[in-house]
Amino acid sequence: MPTFPFSAIVAQDEMRQALLIAAVDPAVGGVLVFGDRGTGKSTAIRALAALLPPMRAVVGCPYNCDPDSPAESCPHCASLPGARKKSEKKPVPVVDLPLGATEDRVVGTLDLERALGAGVKAFEPGLLARANRGFLYIDEVNLLEDHLVDLLLDVAASGVNTVEREGLSLRHPARFVLVGSGNPEEGELRPQLLDRFGLACEVATPKDIATRIAVVRARDAYERDPEGFCAARSGDERKIQKQILLARERLPSLSVPDAALERAARLCLALGTDGLRGELTLMRTARALAALDGAETVTDDHLRRIAPAALRHRLRRNPLEESGSTARVERALAEVFA
Amino acid sequence: MQKRAAASLKAAPPSDAGFPSPDPLRGAPSPTEGGGSAPGVWTDAHCAALLLAADPAAFGGAVVRAPPGPVRERWLETLRAALPPGTPWRRLPPAIGDDSLLGGLDLAATLAAGRAITRAGLLAQADGGIVVVPMAERLPPGTASRLAAALDTGTASDRPARFGLILLDEGEADETVAEALADRLAFRIDLGGVGIGDCDAAPADAEPDAAAEPDPLGTLCRLAEALGVDSLRGPILAARVARWLAADRPVGTAEITAAARLVLAPRATRLPTPEEPRTEEAEAPPPPPAEDRDAPDAAEPAEAEPADACVLEAVRAAIPAGLLDQLMAGGARLSAAKAGRAGQFAAARTGRPIGSRRGDPRRGRLDLLATLRAAAPWQALRRGGEETRRLVVRRDDLRIRILRQRTETTTVFCVDASGSAALERLAEAKGAVELLLAEAYVRRDRVALVAFRGTGAELVLPPTRSLTRAKRGLSGLPGGGGTPLAAGIDAALGVALGVRRTGSRPVIVLLTDGRANVARSGEGGRARAGAEALQAARALRAAGLPALVIDTGARGEGARAVAEAMAARYLILPRADAGRLSAAVRAAL
Repeated sequence: MPTFPFSAIVAQDEMRQALLIAAVDPAVGGVLVFGDRGTGKSTAIRALAALLPPMRAVVGCPYNCDPDSPAESCPHCASLPGARKKSEKKPVPVVDLPLGATEDRVVGTLDLERALGAGVKAFEPGLLARANRGFLYIDEVNLLEDHLVDLLLDVAASGVNTVEREGLSLRHPARFVLVGSGNPEEGELRPQLLDRFGLACEVATPKDIATRIAVVRARDAYERDPEGFCAARSGDERKIQKQILLARERLPSLSVPDAALERAARLCLALGTDGLRGELTLMRTARALAALDGAETVTDDHLRRIAPAALRHRLRRNPLEESGSTARVERALAEVFA
Repeated sequence: MQKRAAASLKAAPPSDAGFPSPDPLRGAPSPTEGGGSAPGVWTDAHCAALLLAADPAAFGGAVVRAPPGPVRERWLETLRAALPPGTPWRRLPPAIGDDSLLGGLDLAATLAAGRAITRAGLLAQADGGIVVVPMAERLPPGTASRLAAALDTGTASDRPARFGLILLDEGEADETVAEALADRLAFRIDLGGVGIGDCDAAPADAEPDAAAEPDPLGTLCRLAEALGVDSLRGPILAARVARWLAADRPVGTAEITAAARLVLAPRATRLPTPEEPRTEEAEAPPPPPAEDRDAPDAAEPAEAEPADACVLEAVRAAIPAGLLDQLMAGGARLSAAKAGRAGQFAAARTGRPIGSRRGDPRRGRLDLLATLRAAAPWQALRRGGEETRRLVVRRDDLRIRILRQRTETTTVFCVDASGSAALERLAEAKGAVELLLAEAYVRRDRVALVAFRGTGAELVLPPTRSLTRAKRGLSGLPGGGGTPLAAGIDAALGVALGVRRTGSRPVIVLLTDGRANVARSGEGGRARAGAEALQAARALRAAGLPALVIDTGARGEGARAVAEAMAARYLILPRADAGRLSAAVRAAL
């Protein structure tokens, strides 16, 4: 059964925008989706990965290295002789990280089979290796143990997984888009961790009946005839795919005018975000958004559109304050862009 | 009867063209029947079983809430009998590991053979069939999230695993299964009030005159809205059920009704308000002032077709009694979070190593040194013969680290909200709880809030770390009325024991002036109320729970006796502000 198409997802514009930005520039550092159940979070992520064109990867490389530019830190590709490596096409991976996963399974560990069977000290890659160049999806990230979240964010930011355990010592590439989702009613992420996600969106079950009907109708049509439904959407899917690929090409040459930088800084000052991560993420995401739009430079409009998602989780807050963070970002936007 | 219904339910789904022509009598339960009565519940449960048997994976499965017993067995038998012969049927052991659940290395065989031997996991083995989870309310969150992912993708470790999940919920009171998992399953069946004698009722057949619905999906969405079903999985699953029941006919009112009864009614979070009878519409008096809940209905009278109203009526009857009370107490969410903590406690995977023990290295961290040490003495014996390996390790040699985790604390506040603890006191107590919660948020501790006033106690805030819910619970806390101190202590004790069962450390903080004047029965009377309060306090001491009593009375030390009875620390704060109160609590813990 084909995956539910990305273009057929009804509403949830903010989440879709954030995922597209992460697909264009994985370095924005993860997307956090907080909100109700049954709002299509996991559907959207699987759909986005399915929409991306298959990637070329070195045959047999457990880290899905790109044959043209294998990661420097890849232990597999470094050991292969010759400049050209055999490659194959693979779909962009979406790796689910389940709650209660052990650190061993996530990071990778001593290969027990080979250690016990053959007495060889070998590394068994973990989930981080499988997610390289793809997506790592964690449902209920707020219930995941803190040290694991910490580790994931660290790896997501650096793009390299460093393993120092059980007498093993190696580094391997682990560049992925970290997508975490959860329901704040069941517990919140520590502020220290929140701050390290690039974008945070809030999703809510659509409240108006027309949108709800549209969602159920789309799902029903898909279930009746998955192939037909996807075929009917293939034009839209290709359009989004092209948009992402073009944006990726355009991204390096996109300029950020000083005026935009200043605005971003003033916005962060007005909100009192700690550190410079707010400004950096704001600029990065605004650039990716501009690239998606096909714009030449980053404008105020881009900043304005992405600021809530880029900043709302970085506000220093009194945990019991009544007004939501989104409202505070909106207020600051109105002041700075007045 | 049962057989005929089963046959009718096996009518071909729209996607399955190869089936013989369907029986004209399709098994939609009649909307007018039964309602919340036990035979009605069984009829719906029976119908759900037949639907599940027809296509387990499409409907996700069912949550079956019932104590273990003949009724539950009967339901499982019904399901099993309706499945085609040879359909896989697997029971999930409570503490299943990843390798057995999803497939992977067979450790014992691998070590014996000296080469990797893998096997399919339980989920892949159950492809096309049913996975039964006993004691689902205690399911560790890790297993729950793996099951949810398998339900979403239909695979487990890249092997096909499309199965129906039966969660046997044996929870008492507020214990329920993880909502994240329950949300993905079409049916929720509560067999609690059903006797074995009720189980002879079979699903009634659909009325022959069922008219086709012009907009079945729209109707289901509006119904979901009216019942307060927020997750869109509700209407989506209901649509699937309706389509199945209708087979190759257009979906009619009977199918909509059946689908709504089976899928939407058990998920209801509010009661739909009764519609004004349509026939009297012409001379109808002005509609009664809209209550808070019926806003969606009142706002869209044009959209609520008469058919909706009639379906709604049938669905209302199917809403289990007590469901709404349970929802008000936030039962579902409480347990999901609780299960999370329990799971982490049971399998401490983080913390300080305090030794090693025999175990499976995939459920903990291998202690290599200890493993080798365990294997070393036997090497000479094990080598010899055909064994050529330099090191022979058997499963019994494997050692994993034992880790000790910091135990988290849950502070259970038990607040006197009666008239005698004047209203400003209540505000102070609220302030203290808020401050402590803000600290707990940083320390990742939890807070619960029990309030007592009038004739009884109420769990305002189940153990939580969530600020969103805490704020909501606190701001809505009313004051006034008598002082049912015994009931308050009892309730706090109940919460604290629940917390302790999950492996967390409970601390009770009781804020009261000690002037009990309402007995457990709800009757007034200072003497009896006082005696009962002391009795409750002693029960708390017997349970060995640490406690702190803060006397909020303006005159004297009314709560000292209670504090002594529960062997609690005792603080008098006749004129405290929230900040000082919070500091005192912190110092005392």
